[in-house]
Amino acid sequence: MTASATDIIETPADTRKSGQFLYKASVVFLCAWVIVPLYFLLINTLSSPEAVNAFPKSFIPEFDLGSLAFFANFAGILTALKNSVLVAALTMVMSIAIGAPAGYALSRFEFPGKGLFRLLILLTRAFPLPLLALPLAVMFIRTGPDDTAFGLALVHTTLAIPFAVLITFSLFSGIPIELEEAAWTLGCTRFTAFTKVVFPLILPGITASAIFAFVISWNEVFAAAVLTIENRTLTAFLLQNLDTSPLHLKFAGGFILIVPALIFIFAVRKYLFAMWGIANR
Amino acid sequence: MAEIQIKNVAKRFGSYQALHDINLTIADQEFMVLLGASGCGKSTLLRIIAGLETATTGEVWIGGRRVDHLSPKDRGIAMVFQNYAVFPHLTVFENIGFGLRMQKLPDAEVRRRVERTAGLMHIDQLLKRYSGELSGGQRQRVAVARALAMEPDVILMDEPLSNLDALLRLEMRAELKGVLAESNTTAIYVTHDQVEAMSLADRISVMHEGRIVQAATPVEVYRNPAERFVAGFIGNPPMNFLPANRLEGGRWQVAGQTYNGPATANGAVEFAIRPEDITPSDSGLPAKVRLVEPLGAHLLVTCDVDGSMFRAILESDLNVKAGDMLALAPQTDRIRWFDPQTSLAVA
Repeated sequence: MTASATDIIETPADTRKSGQFLYKASVVFLCAWVIVPLYFLLINTLSSPEAVNAFPKSFIPEFDLGSLAFFANFAGILTALKNSVLVAALTMVMSIAIGAPAGYALSRFEFPGKGLFRLLILLTRAFPLPLLALPLAVMFIRTGPDDTAFGLALVHTTLAIPFAVLITFSLFSGIPIELEEAAWTLGCTRFTAFTKVVFPLILPGITASAIFAFVISWNEVFAAAVLTIENRTLTAFLLQNLDTSPLHLKFAGGFILIVPALIFIFAVRKYLFAMWGIANR
Repeated sequence: MAEIQIKNVAKRFGSYQALHDINLTIADQEFMVLLGASGCGKSTLLRIIAGLETATTGEVWIGGRRVDHLSPKDRGIAMVFQNYAVFPHLTVFENIGFGLRMQKLPDAEVRRRVERTAGLMHIDQLLKRYSGELSGGQRQRVAVARALAMEPDVILMDEPLSNLDALLRLEMRAELKGVLAESNTTAIYVTHDQVEAMSLADRISVMHEGRIVQAATPVEVYRNPAERFVAGFIGNPPMNFLPANRLEGGRWQVAGQTYNGPATANGAVEFAIRPEDITPSDSGLPAKVRLVEPLGAHLLVTCDVDGSMFRAILESDLNVKAGDMLALAPQTDRIRWFDPQTSLAVA
């Protein structure tokens, strides 16, 4: 009697089990979606140039640094890498220097149009960069900062600022105003209260926000390709040489581009969640 | 010498009038409690004195010096916050010494003062800890020690005990009173807890809807409320009110009984009596018992007198149950009268 009943009616335990299966399958699928291409990239980067061009492929890396060595010796790569780092560092400094005060203002002061301001910050991301890149290139050529690291960093800063503002806004909002007020009553000015109390508390978050700006600049290819000619960044340089370069160079280049971004984003992931108001875990 | 004078202070937030024309003088070394329900403006007033909020109009004077244009750090005040505001990135020692370091005092002096105030607040064992490693009560002690270490002219406290549990609150209350009495500072203490106010204050300012309705000693506020609001706010349970009808020669009829009242009052007055100033007797206000709540030491009896709710605190050995009829005699020298038009006390 009981046996037949359980045969017909799906018990809550069964439903839970199939739900769990679906959940786990989705997790595995999504992980595979991200990890498998990265794994292939890793294999091919760590294989000798011959193995990269051979078929069938091995699924185990050879740990041959031939491709990477070739990549490192490729003419112009090191300059491009240096440019990338320079532009990204400039972007990092400028986006924090501009974004953090804006984030502070948003979190601490009430002013008319505050909601609109927050929206507009996000809307800057709604403009497709190709639309802006050509007029920008023309303007840069007329005014001078074309084909310079600084000029490109300016554009990247515009891209990074919305995130810098939103991340620092949520960081500042997480610090009770009473801490600042206590500092004021204990002899601080608004500025010293910031440097002595607020800044030490948000330093890890500011670092994360800076790294994120770095990654945004590091990854950006379109503006870099349009706005620089001699001083190409790594992304623009690779894009330019993609068609003509051998396969192992492409893999090695892709690998060098992706690894820093991956490591950095992994390091700052909890602050990126904070940006969207999800509690840090 | 730090007398505080608040002259014609008003505060508007947009169209909302948070404070109306506040005038208050707090004597040197006085312990003043600002008491009121939430939203009455007591915290706003404290923050105006601290300089964390600017008054729309009016002046604040501390120690004979006008301070309303000065920033908080230049007012000679120290403040204790409701959520403690202990800096999480500093040790207890550096928290207490924070203000002293800002004054650039020599290390030895900082150490001396931190150790002294930490000793006063019984946290000398915790000086190396961070705020994350402290309990709520310990954090509160750090916050008070930090304020005391400044040796301020005025110490301002914004509901400092309200985040503590009941037992701890009782303990800290007694301790605060002792420590502050010894420190010879003027203190302003904001609370919504009338027991706290009664037990701590030299004087209580009862606030209501952005006004100070009475500023007097705790006993005076309790015994002789200046306004009907105070009578209905202070005391647990608060005063009972009954309508009174005028008779000849300053005598008033209340629920069929006659009492001596104000002779000068025009029209009608309200009769008011505290629940503990009532005894059951042969003749008195006729009361129908609705509810009997034994409180251990006493019985809280809720009755119906002349159609109004009326509460009495009676001896716990009294045999009374819901539905009984009682005759409740008020202690005549404790009867107070209020003008229902102006809500002010009349005598």
